Amino acid sequence: MALTGLEIYKQLPKKNCGECGVPTCLAFAMALASGKAALDTCPHVTAAAREALDSASAPPIKAIKFGNGSVMGDENVLFRHDKTFYHPTTLLIRVSDALSDDELSQKLEEIKGLEFDRVGLHYSLDGVAVVNESGDAARFEKVAGIVAANTEKSLLLLSSDPTALKAALVPLASRKPLIGEATEENYEAIVNLAKENSVPVIIKAEGLDALNDLVVKAQALDYKEFVLDAGSRNPVETLANLTQFRRLSIKKKFRPFGYPVIAYTSKTEPLDEIMEASVYVSKYASAVVINTSAKAHVLPLMTLRQNLYTDPQKPIQVEPVLHSVGDVNENSPFYITTNFSLTYYSVEGEVEASKIPSYILPIDTDGTSVLTAYAAGKFEPEKIVDAMNKSGIADKITNKTVIIPGYVAVISGKLAELSGFKVVVGPRESSGILSFTKTL
Amino acid sequence: MSVALVKERYTSKVGEVVLGATSEQGGTRTSTVSVGGDSTLPFLHFEGQMQNRPVIAMEVNDTVPEWNEAIKSQFGDVLGNPGAWAKKCVDEFGADLIYLKLNGADPEGVNRSPEDCTRIVKEVLAAVGVPLIVVGCDDDEKNNEIMAAIAEAATGENLLLGLAEQDNYKSIAAAAMVHKHTLIARSPLDINICKQLNILINEMGLPLSKIVIDPMIGGLGFGIEYAYSIMERARLGALANDKMLSMPMICTVGYESNRCKEANASAEEFPGWGDLKDRGVLWEAMTASAMLQVGASILVMRNPAAVRLVQKNIADLMNK
Ligand code: SF4
Repeated sequence: MALTGLEIYKQLPKKNCGECGVPTCLAFAMALASGKAALDTCPHVTAAAREALDSASAPPIKAIKFGNGSVMGDENVLFRHDKTFYHPTTLLIRVSDALSDDELSQKLEEIKGLEFDRVGLHYSLDGVAVVNESGDAARFEKVAGIVAANTEKSLLLLSSDPTALKAALVPLASRKPLIGEATEENYEAIVNLAKENSVPVIIKAEGLDALNDLVVKAQALDYKEFVLDAGSRNPVETLANLTQFRRLSIKKKFRPFGYPVIAYTSKTEPLDEIMEASVYVSKYASAVVINTSAKAHVLPLMTLRQNLYTDPQKPIQVEPVLHSVGDVNENSPFYITTNFSLTYYSVEGEVEASKIPSYILPIDTDGTSVLTAYAAGKFEPEKIVDAMNKSGIADKITNKTVIIPGYVAVISGKLAELSGFKVVVGPRESSGILSFTKTL
Repeated sequence: MSVALVKERYTSKVGEVVLGATSEQGGTRTSTVSVGGDSTLPFLHFEGQMQNRPVIAMEVNDTVPEWNEAIKSQFGDVLGNPGAWAKKCVDEFGADLIYLKLNGADPEGVNRSPEDCTRIVKEVLAAVGVPLIVVGCDDDEKNNEIMAAIAEAATGENLLLGLAEQDNYKSIAAAAMVHKHTLIARSPLDINICKQLNILINEMGLPLSKIVIDPMIGGLGFGIEYAYSIMERARLGALANDKMLSMPMICTVGYESNRCKEANASAEEFPGWGDLKDRGVLWEAMTASAMLQVGASILVMRNPAAVRLVQKNIADLMNK
């Protein structure tokens, strides 16, 4: 949210004394607006003006980074259709220090497996939340150490006991974990601990009002690397809080809530828990801590996250090169489609289901679907022939037949003429491919 | 200090639609189901009314479906018997509505006659007391034929009939109007076509309170984000008093989610994806969850285990 020179000028002392190195306050304001000067070079600026300028130029939700490349916050809209969501919900698996060593190593093994490949994309778990439930500072420190040694992922260290937290944090400070939680009772100790170690810290209070008070007090410790938790632990209340955080920070520029927010699931059954987490991923949580680490549970949640954080303006594309499905040979059917990921993978899925080894060539349509591409002149016979030539398909199949989407049946003649291939009009929708293959 | 909450002031709300009719209302249902009527974004009880809880319609087919075993095995031996199947959905799985899909009408399949289709609708009506949604097969012409017959045979039942689409809406809209049913207007993820279709149907004389929008969602991992944003925009439109977007929305969650590979591939085929059982259930349930967050009023579902999860999720979110 950059300020204009004029907006900055209003806050300056208007002495035109030139001590900042430029002759007038206005010139200095212009230099500030374009990032060529720093406010500190004016010795006369008031504390109030500094505060106003700092907060007006800050983004509505501060970006908080921790661990191994995790970024939370820095969102600008309430709805993805307004622009896009930028920083996918950070997903953390909860590991209690009350687990036995065996249970712990089992859990860590399971967590290691949380890497997924689907539709040409790779999904990774972001991190592990080590929770101090043992009530034993030494145990917490030990478990945090074991977890850290067994994963490269980001870490969250969670304890309300400043001594335990310090013991666990100090040896791991270089991993830059997120720590928590600072509450009304312990916030000075914990925020100062975070400050000394340059790590972000969770500020937790019961309800938005109490949290507002606590954030203001914590900020007075001259530290602002915060993540917020309004304490709710059920879906409907958490949804309401997460919505208020997002609305207040973006619509009202309410500074105390201009930080990322973390949510925790409360359900004990893993499937219920994933459903609960899906609400928080959909609606505004910057980070979610879940218990289950079974692949079958985490994959759907990560898929939802990936889907919702896709930029609506930038459709995901597949590489426009020849793909083969199954053990292809010179008699394999040859399909063309577009390089819009969704279109391509729908086709690929159906072709795979047909159990007939086939070639698929996605044409580069800038990631648009067949109809949109055709309407925009991106699915023309000339272009298709060009892609076919580059793919070397003519040397791979002897049947010299190309199957085109039903929606572009009109290009059949031209395509046949230019390519020398026989053109077969396939179904309009990928869902028709299975029955279509029975006619081949 | 107390924080001043941001509560949006909307000028309107989602239209309310009643499905089914009791004997006093000219039908035979033991109860009706109301959907829509909400004056807030989904589940934000602090700023408006969630007038009616979102409901779940369970899928029943007139032919034995080609679903995966993990789903089919939960139904036992009723899959060849639409009446018994519907009854099981209501009695055992708590379905609010039955969504009867007449795949068997397809000329390329069983090619059931309109009379035969009507008989099956009657059978299901007799088997359950909840309101019924009835849709046809993949053949437009045949659908017009069977829907006309069904609409007439079930006059007064206030069925939710589908599907009216931009290039094929007149016949079914007329049937719904004459025989007092409600209509599903389906548009392919396009807010303008959606509005246009509602206008066309409305111009034929069907009141807006007799239309439900089917935005043609995609399943989780396969285009759900398009549905998510279109529906969110439609909901905001309804709240901003755009009458042609104000109808409740129905989402074919079971069909779309179970088309996805992730809902069907075994762990042997894709070891990286984990066990199929929970994955399949969650694939459907999470598709439903995302749609609930953007304003779905009717979820058409398939897998009883997924239905159970979504019922709990709805109950949690309606719990003020
Ligand atoms: S030093 Fe400050 S007061 Fe003096 S001209 Fe520069 S901006 Fe204005």
